[in-house]
Amino acid sequence: MARRITFMKAINEALDQAMEQDERVILLGEDIAGGADVKHLADKNEDAWGGVFGVTKGLMPKYGRERVIDTPISEMGYMGAAVGAAATGLRPVSELMFNDFIGFCLDTILAQGSKMRYMFGGKAKIPLTVRTCHGAGASAAAQHSGSYYGILGSIPGVKVVVPATPYDAKGLLLAAIKDDNLVIFSEDKTLYGLKDEVPQAAYEVEIGKAKIKRSGTDLTIVTIGKMLYVGLETAEKLAKDGIETEVIDLLTVAPWDQETVLNSVKKTGRLIIIDEANPHNNTATDIASVVSDQVFDYLDGPVKCVCAPNTPVPFATNLEQLYLPNSQRVMETAAELIADLKN
Amino acid sequence: MKELDVKQTAWIYKKMNDIRNFEDQVHQIFTTGSIPGFVHLYAGEESVAVGVCAHLTDKDYITSTHRGHGHCIAKGCDLAGMMAEIYGKETGLCKGKGGSMHIADIDKGMLGANGMVGGGFPIAVGAGLRNKYLKTADVVVCFFGDGAANEGTFHESVNMAAIWKLPVIFVNENNSFAEATPQWYASGSKTIAERAAAYGIPGETVDGKDLTAVYKAAGKAIDRARRGKGPMILECRTYRNYGHFEGDEQKYKALDGKEKKYADQDCIKDFRKYAIANKLLTVEQADQIAATSKADIAAAVKFAENSPIPRPETLYDNVFAD
Repeated sequence: MARRITFMKAINEALDQAMEQDERVILLGEDIAGGADVKHLADKNEDAWGGVFGVTKGLMPKYGRERVIDTPISEMGYMGAAVGAAATGLRPVSELMFNDFIGFCLDTILAQGSKMRYMFGGKAKIPLTVRTCHGAGASAAAQHSGSYYGILGSIPGVKVVVPATPYDAKGLLLAAIKDDNLVIFSEDKTLYGLKDEVPQAAYEVEIGKAKIKRSGTDLTIVTIGKMLYVGLETAEKLAKDGIETEVIDLLTVAPWDQETVLNSVKKTGRLIIIDEANPHNNTATDIASVVSDQVFDYLDGPVKCVCAPNTPVPFATNLEQLYLPNSQRVMETAAELIADLKN
Repeated sequence: MKELDVKQTAWIYKKMNDIRNFEDQVHQIFTTGSIPGFVHLYAGEESVAVGVCAHLTDKDYITSTHRGHGHCIAKGCDLAGMMAEIYGKETGLCKGKGGSMHIADIDKGMLGANGMVGGGFPIAVGAGLRNKYLKTADVVVCFFGDGAANEGTFHESVNMAAIWKLPVIFVNENNSFAEATPQWYASGSKTIAERAAAYGIPGETVDGKDLTAVYKAAGKAIDRARRGKGPMILECRTYRNYGHFEGDEQKYKALDGKEKKYADQDCIKDFRKYAIANKLLTVEQADQIAATSKADIAAAVKFAENSPIPRPETLYDNVFAD
């Protein structure tokens, strides 16, 4: 039987293999090792945390504190330093503990890292990977649960990937670190424990390419991150009524794979996009806009977006569950679109 | 540290003249409308950029500010390429895609002027981290204004450079005004340099109008950083001849108050006197350098004016590296 590892282990393994392959790869972040300059840990070459979720556990003992660098709580400072290190030839992977902290350091991405190459007439390369996590469902409340991959993906010069499976997490992260551009790798914190088959050897998953996870001819559901599982659950339910759903895992939010999505919509004529981000100006609305513009004549109904509501993420468990898009909501949305098929 | 010798003096005097002439030309041309956007001129502060960069090689990095032309020239950026960039021409250093506030030449170690006040601090720290990681003896100079000293990036970046002992010299150009707001109003500390104590690193304030003072202090700081002794803050008290940007009426300048000492000094004339008195330049050599500089800037303007605007298709170039 093939090896099964968690989403978190897949990310850890990608970092490990990238560091093994290329000495220019360094990691920066808050407590990505933990316990810097603590003698009893240093004596045993141990990290204290390995990241707040343990994603980078074991990398400091293997590669040392020169390459796995615990930073002060200074997001602006170390994220900007990662841009500077990338501009001068290293290939840093910096960790923003929660994507909600982007407010502290957005300048480094919005005005610096994403624009240097363009502003400098092509002279700069910014091979920087920013790892961060998003997502509701962990009772982490409004300042630790948002989903901002769409906002970040709307910045020219930034690539954003959102893996949904351990396999794609490993392959996309290795591809991100090899990429000569600023790539934001956004992990759903509620997927860290998810196990699946992942090859041991290093491999890359192409950035900018979506994956068709289930083929169908009646309805297309495009999903981002863990919404893949909502999409697959819905497709399963619809199949019982004889509705064949095509489920596309977008994987890359910026630049998203127009070819795969548009071809699918041409075939099915119906589209639902499930995006956990807040509903306005997110990836779903962008896809809806492009689909309406490019393949309007193929559509048999309106393009539907199933997103989080336009609220911050609530704390109470019942409210948080209401906040998250779920299969019931997608089923209700699908019912409108497929009414003609049932008659 | 390298003492000022004849060769170094000629280089310095040429660069100072280049900056002054470049900026005076841009000032004049700007009124004609040939230069799009807005420009922030460095004239008056020449001794800081030149006195510091005199100690650097192409392998050393600098980060700059929105008032970056002087840093670019001192770090060796091509004058014609710079002028063409400011004109928004395809022959510009950044192919007309950056303009005055984003002139950069990474091959020369110039990591970019920066439109974000305080934007250069963390980038300089990153370059310093790179130098330390690769075990080079190269240094990074982070030029910043008195306004930037009040940005949060100052604190985070100086602290990180301090704890990691990075080869980064934070060179403050305290020209008395952050836009239209005086430094003495906007800073809780009297000087920027005294803040260094809070980070456990040295800080020093020098007369930034005096080339020899900047040259000496910067030489020591850079030597120290090359020897792995870590960062420091070097505050250079100076003054800008023009406004914050072109078109600024400069109503905030008093010229008879605390600023007078700096406003009245012309660092280029003073350095010329010093060089001649110390037999580092003859009058003829100095005149020759000044004339060459004027001709070089005139040639740069001509090049910029005769250069083509960017081809439309270049709009899409270089968003990403392939």
